[in-house]
Amino acid sequence: MTTATPANSLATISSVRRAKDRAATTLIWLSFGVALIPLVWLLWTVAARGLHAATRNGWFTRSQRGITYRDPGGGAWHAAVGTIEQVALCTAISVPIAVLVAIYLVEYGQSSQRPLARATTFMVDILTGIPSIVASLFIYAAFVTTFGGQRAGWLVSLALVMLMIPVVVRTTEEMLKLVPNELREASYALGVPKWKTIVRIVLPTAASGIITGVVLGIARVAGETAPLLILVGYSPNRNYNLFSGPQGSLPGMIKDEFANLGNTHVLINGHPATVHWAANRMWGAALTLIVLVMALNLIARLIARRSKVS
Amino acid sequence: MAKRIDARNLNIYYGKFLAVADVNLTIAPRSVTAFIGPSGCGKSTVLRTINRMHEVIAGARVQGEVLMDGENIYAPAVDPVNVRRTIGMVFQRPNPFPTMSIYDNVAAGLKLQAGRLKRDELDGVVEQSLRSANLWEEVKDRLDKPGAGLSGGQQQRLCIARAIAVQPQVLLMDEPCSALDPISTLAIEDLIQSLKEQYTIIIVTHNMQQAARVSERTAFFNLAGVGQPGQLVEIDDTQKIFSNPSQRRTEDYISGRFG
Repeated sequence: MTTATPANSLATISSVRRAKDRAATTLIWLSFGVALIPLVWLLWTVAARGLHAATRNGWFTRSQRGITYRDPGGGAWHAAVGTIEQVALCTAISVPIAVLVAIYLVEYGQSSQRPLARATTFMVDILTGIPSIVASLFIYAAFVTTFGGQRAGWLVSLALVMLMIPVVVRTTEEMLKLVPNELREASYALGVPKWKTIVRIVLPTAASGIITGVVLGIARVAGETAPLLILVGYSPNRNYNLFSGPQGSLPGMIKDEFANLGNTHVLINGHPATVHWAANRMWGAALTLIVLVMALNLIARLIARRSKVS
Repeated sequence: MAKRIDARNLNIYYGKFLAVADVNLTIAPRSVTAFIGPSGCGKSTVLRTINRMHEVIAGARVQGEVLMDGENIYAPAVDPVNVRRTIGMVFQRPNPFPTMSIYDNVAAGLKLQAGRLKRDELDGVVEQSLRSANLWEEVKDRLDKPGAGLSGGQQQRLCIARAIAVQPQVLLMDEPCSALDPISTLAIEDLIQSLKEQYTIIIVTHNMQQAARVSERTAFFNLAGVGQPGQLVEIDDTQKIFSNPSQRRTEDYISGRFG
């Protein structure tokens, strides 16, 4: 004898709930699609347009020395080196400062230290909102106007420091708070001093998260163009010196080639032709920048995975 | 050489709030003492006061004295880090360091203190501690695997091995078996019996049968009343506490009339 399911048994889901479930699922998938579309579109556009130039022979070894919009070829080596150097100097300055600030806020900023900790958090919040051009103007006013220096790559790094520190402080803070207090207690109970507990137990436990935060910070500053406009001149030649002279950079190269986008009429062997060399190089530089940041991201994750005992 | 612990007129505060009032007790060396009492009566607080872990909490402080072999550990010149090297602690939930292997976990106390130990000395200490904690046979082939990959009972024994590797004089155990199954609990109780020949042990437990099995002396804590601070009601030989206690409240607790 088969048992019929009565209308109010446990096995039935009301049609109202079913409809709500379907509506919510659709909405969520739709939102996912809407969020994903620009990302995929962007990556596709940059890759499709930039691959031509970036896979040319010599892209990563040659600079733009002597190349005008009338010439094809040249490479992005000068720009890549410039960006890498500027971002590396910025990272070397920001990360120690930011990690130490985060350690102070999480490990020491309790009870009697509350006022200073609160003030620090407030300052970091303000820094989070500073536009890059304002930070650049500040560095210009301090180092070029007041101290009478020259525009150079290291000033760009300083401006980027102001943009990177708040990002790394926030993420490091969150990662440190995620370390369970039981671990700290276990360490104190062994007679390990507080500073050593932080350095040898807390930081290694939070390490992969902190590294992710640093990479996020790098991704934020690597493409900033305002500091490049104000604090250093763009040079199509190789310049490895951060402290003097104009320097190439990937965003700078993008801007430089962008200015020549309209100049597509050239003479080849005396015959007029329409070329898109500037456009190709511009997209190539954009692709290079994205690939650079992605590569850093992957390296950082590899490091984090290796150092974790999982 | 295990040490003796005395508490004199101990009042424990969280900021302005008096959590435990006027504790006076003596713990003999090389013995096991159990702290029992209902939840929230201050047993863990008193335990944490003995190795100065209480002050790790922001705003927590203590009035009175705790003497270790006659020396006041709350004297102004005393460094809490030194106190904690002599008085070890095992916590309710096992907390091995997740980024370290089993070997490194046991050696952590020694490595993180000042002074370098040679590799073979370290090997010796690690093996000795794991043997004392009854864990050596189970892990000797995987000392470099992560400490977090063990079962709950094994992790707790690992934490005990870690605590005794630094050779403390006194071992404090805050409900070490409450997160474990009965078999692991039995293993740890046997462990306590063997450890007491070398260390002074104080164990906080919710489980009265465990206190009766494991300890020679028992201290019963309770709140003086609703909203009142906790206090030490009675401390005596375990036999006496569980058969013929002198305080009415102790008898009520033991016989299950409350708590």
